[in-house]
Amino acid sequence: MAKYKVVHYINQFFANIGGEEKADIPPELRDGEIIGPGMAFKAAFGDEVEIVATIVCGDSYFNENLEQCIKLIPDMVKKYDADLFIAGPAFNAGRYGVACGSVCDAVHNILHIPVLTGMYEENPGADLYKSSFPIVSTKNSAVGMRDAVAKMSSVALKILKGEKLGPAATEGLLETDIRTNLFEETRGSKRAVDMLLKKLSGDKFETEYPMPSFDGVNPSPQLEDASKAKIALVTSGGIVPKGNPDHIESSSAQKFGEYDISGVTDLTEETYETAHGGYDPVYANEDADRVLPVDVLRDFEKEGRIGELHNKYYSTVGNGTAVANAKKFASEIAKNLIADGVQAVILTST
Amino acid sequence: MKLELGYINIKDIVFGSESKISHGVLTVNKNAVKDLVLEDELIADVSFDVAKPGESVRITPVKDVIEPRVKVEGKGGVFPGWLSGVETVGSGKTYCLKGMAVVTAGKIVGFQEGIIDMSGIGAKYTPFSTLNNFVVVCSPVKNVKQHDYEKAVRIAGFKVASYLAKLSRELTPDSTEIYETCGIKEGIEKYPNLPRVAYVQMLQSQGLLHDTYVYGVDAKKTLSTIMCPTEVMDGAIVSGNCVSACDKNPTYVHMNNPVIHDLFAEHGKTLNFVCHIITNENVYLADKQRSSDWTAKMCRLLDLDGIILSQEGFGNPDADLIMNCKKIEAEGVKTVIITDEYAGRDGKSQSLADSDPAADAVVTAGNANELIKLPAMDKVIGTLDFVNSIAGGGENSLQEDGSIEIEIQAITGATNEAGFGYLSAR
Repeated sequence: MAKYKVVHYINQFFANIGGEEKADIPPELRDGEIIGPGMAFKAAFGDEVEIVATIVCGDSYFNENLEQCIKLIPDMVKKYDADLFIAGPAFNAGRYGVACGSVCDAVHNILHIPVLTGMYEENPGADLYKSSFPIVSTKNSAVGMRDAVAKMSSVALKILKGEKLGPAATEGLLETDIRTNLFEETRGSKRAVDMLLKKLSGDKFETEYPMPSFDGVNPSPQLEDASKAKIALVTSGGIVPKGNPDHIESSSAQKFGEYDISGVTDLTEETYETAHGGYDPVYANEDADRVLPVDVLRDFEKEGRIGELHNKYYSTVGNGTAVANAKKFASEIAKNLIADGVQAVILTST
Repeated sequence: MKLELGYINIKDIVFGSESKISHGVLTVNKNAVKDLVLEDELIADVSFDVAKPGESVRITPVKDVIEPRVKVEGKGGVFPGWLSGVETVGSGKTYCLKGMAVVTAGKIVGFQEGIIDMSGIGAKYTPFSTLNNFVVVCSPVKNVKQHDYEKAVRIAGFKVASYLAKLSRELTPDSTEIYETCGIKEGIEKYPNLPRVAYVQMLQSQGLLHDTYVYGVDAKKTLSTIMCPTEVMDGAIVSGNCVSACDKNPTYVHMNNPVIHDLFAEHGKTLNFVCHIITNENVYLADKQRSSDWTAKMCRLLDLDGIILSQEGFGNPDADLIMNCKKIEAEGVKTVIITDEYAGRDGKSQSLADSDPAADAVVTAGNANELIKLPAMDKVIGTLDFVNSIAGGGENSLQEDGSIEIEIQAITGATNEAGFGYLSAR
């Protein structure tokens, strides 16, 4: 059977070139060479895996020439048609950790091959990349080399053989918020009974899903006089001008739209529609005012019940949209609304 | 109340001229069960097949899974409100055909039925791959309304299961289990030092084919109430539910409710299993508030120390789950939740639609969005026509070679929230 091919990335220190004084060396491709920690990996991998090349780069050079390095290094890796790219381990070396993380990220994104690195949990590279690809949790110095190589090579073999990685804690990876499935020894109901018995007796128990803390938003005080207020419409119901000019996604939205409604008194079937893929769109498409009540607010404006309707509305799709995106959209929308002197918002959902 | 379950082990199912059970082999006369199913004028045609553990067989689209049971002594009959009167069940003696199930299949909605693989990786995810499955594949008459047809198939499954179970009436069970609970006062006197524990089960009742029935009553129209834990063993609660296959409770799970069985295992030893409380998951806020108020009130009135709370479904019912948990914990009753998760295919999203610090003890049945590649099977019972449209599937799920790339959401029982399976997540 053909051996799996691995390309390894290390810094100048682990390549025995030198310390800080040599940290400015540019990336070098050592074709067919196995260097430093690569020797330990070779021993751990045995006959199944071959390290086909090692790339060495100075930590300072990498971080000072980041844009160049994250193009150049994937280029060096490309011709090997590697099955896996391994960087480090970096332990608690900050610049080395960031380099290992960025180079793995670049190789993964450009060459679409699996990548793996290892570092100490407090390494600045850890928080940057631990949710993007597997990072083995190591000790904070090279004293932990043997342990790091053992864990990294075991994860590497699983990746190479196409096996699914278990939860971070089981695989020795840095913990992330990523939820991973596993099979337990006992069924769920029995685990619940055991957990309840512990909870009742005051013993320590470990929840299988720590509840995230959801942000609470306190409502603003009531408007003192709506008849003088400039009011805006914002919706997560996906109402967009016909044809969805910004291509807002029907689910898991990546953007929001800002649309001018100066002079618009009614949203019609011919002019507006919904981009939302999570509800039956028939009624929203027939009359988008059902989701974004422009018609009623124009009436209110005429009757003097509100000061004015803001001439722009904001729209996105709330269907399966990540909270992180929703938060980002909201802060940008709020900034625009405040800049435009809007005092109140009617936020409609579906 | 005391119920004795007599287990008749079924090792094989074959077709023959006379329906009978002999030495663990169930022989089924096809014509007899066919006549039974076709009694319903909404069912145009029906076919039967048998799927055994380890075979290269895929059953889809799966509607319900049912364990054949028959009452041999005592009050009432199995499936009260459907095949029997509404007399309270859960006492006397009931025979169960173990190691097998009746599986109803065929299109109903077309997007919320499931898959059962009898071998390969998919078999690991469904608890029903370990059973000898007697599959009833129905097709409807033209122009039938989906909810009318769902009911027809639901009852057809009960009738077939009941017909098969009755064949065991004169047999001697291979083994016997006795389940007994006591009255409130009796329990306090008998187990003065044991914590008083109940099971609070949320029944899927969002409506529009997301329904559960209790003694024939639609759970949407019920108030939270108390049952004796043995009642479900006689089919007091049945599924009429077409929500995602992974986390609905098929009738089989109601009859073999794992929380009830595991609480009975500890009853009188480490805890006093007081009762089974059922509540619903309606979509209106007022219903959610009322139902969760009532469960919390009952937990208090019963002077419970702890409960296990399970939900059925996801998204909207997450709100009921958290309301129940918060209110019950606020009554000083320690609560453990069983749920599953929808954390996205990458596992990076929030798993539930609601959360609260009171929910500090959670058992998870896994992330239902996880993608899985199911290999092609030599034989399909039912049809692959709906694989791309069932919940968890996508337009490219079904591959040309018959393999399927799909979320485990589509696998019947994969993330069962009564804790019937072994899958979890961290």
